[in-house]
Amino acid sequence: METPRSAFLSGIKDQSPGIIGNVPFGLITGAAATAAGLDPWLAMGMSIIVFAGAAQLAAIALIAQHAPALIVVLTVTVINLRMLMYSAAIAPYFRHATPGEKWLFSYLLTDHAFALVTTKFKPEDVPAEIGAYYLGAGSAMWIIWQIAVAIGVFAGTLVPAKWSLDFAIPLVFLSLVIPALTTRAHWAAAFAAGTAAAFCAAWPMRLGLIAAAVAGIAAGVVARRALKEPQEDAP
Amino acid sequence: MNGWGLWMTVVVCGVVTLLIRAAFIVLPPGVQLPRWASNALMFVGAAVLPALVVPAVLFQDLAPGQGFNTLRVIAALLAMGVAVVTKNVFATLGSGMGALWILQWLVAP
Repeated sequence: METPRSAFLSGIKDQSPGIIGNVPFGLITGAAATAAGLDPWLAMGMSIIVFAGAAQLAAIALIAQHAPALIVVLTVTVINLRMLMYSAAIAPYFRHATPGEKWLFSYLLTDHAFALVTTKFKPEDVPAEIGAYYLGAGSAMWIIWQIAVAIGVFAGTLVPAKWSLDFAIPLVFLSLVIPALTTRAHWAAAFAAGTAAAFCAAWPMRLGLIAAAVAGIAAGVVARRALKEPQEDAP
Repeated sequence: MNGWGLWMTVVVCGVVTLLIRAAFIVLPPGVQLPRWASNALMFVGAAVLPALVVPAVLFQDLAPGQGFNTLRVIAALLAMGVAVVTKNVFATLGSGMGALWILQWLVAP
């Protein structure tokens, strides 16, 4: 049994590898916002309000291409839909939290915090310990993410355009998606979505992105059924 | 979009994102995600990220009908190989950017 204080600190400690991995991602998100011509306050505001790296980066790329607001919101929604899964799976761990804590914990929900808490604890463990651990992991990620984005926003102005820093955006997405392709059905989803995206790239209002995502998800579901791959408990 | 429109867009994105995250945490216990939904959500990341990557690599800064960015495709394929082998964000970024810079320098030093 840990005290809330020591649980908070172990949350920070266990989160640190994930945090370090996210630093370049944050720097590039900030720099991409600057390169896209976003106001620095808007870039930081987005980072604090949305606090979801892949969605922020995609939104910035869309804003840079003058996509309509509806497409930006739709894309952010689709990218973040995976967190609906995390929300459902982590909810039992937070069932004793106060309503205020539940909203705070929700805001801090990330891929890393989710993975840490659900592997380290069981839902029936001491609620105060789970809460403190999660708060340590979540707030550490939050602070370092905001600092990384802020540095990126200001460093972005120093990077010459011929360095092609915008190429770092697809590279970040590549480094996020490849480790997540754990089954052949996931590869099928990725391949179908990528191919569809290439053919729908010229669609108006960047709607091809949404169409390709839907095609990829459908391909994944069908492929898993066809290949009879087992259900996964965790994403 | 002007500044005000952008701020509104960001706020709506934030509200939607928070509602997704909070959905099952703030709902009464016992409400669960239907099986069909979790079956589909499992593939969201695997589908949406490649859908962002492919056009950004192929057609960034090109008008429709202008072909594709050969150098970026080569660099991205190399970075993808590095990502598969190392699963490391630093290695993926470093190899991809490095390859693009070398290729650009070779084409137009």
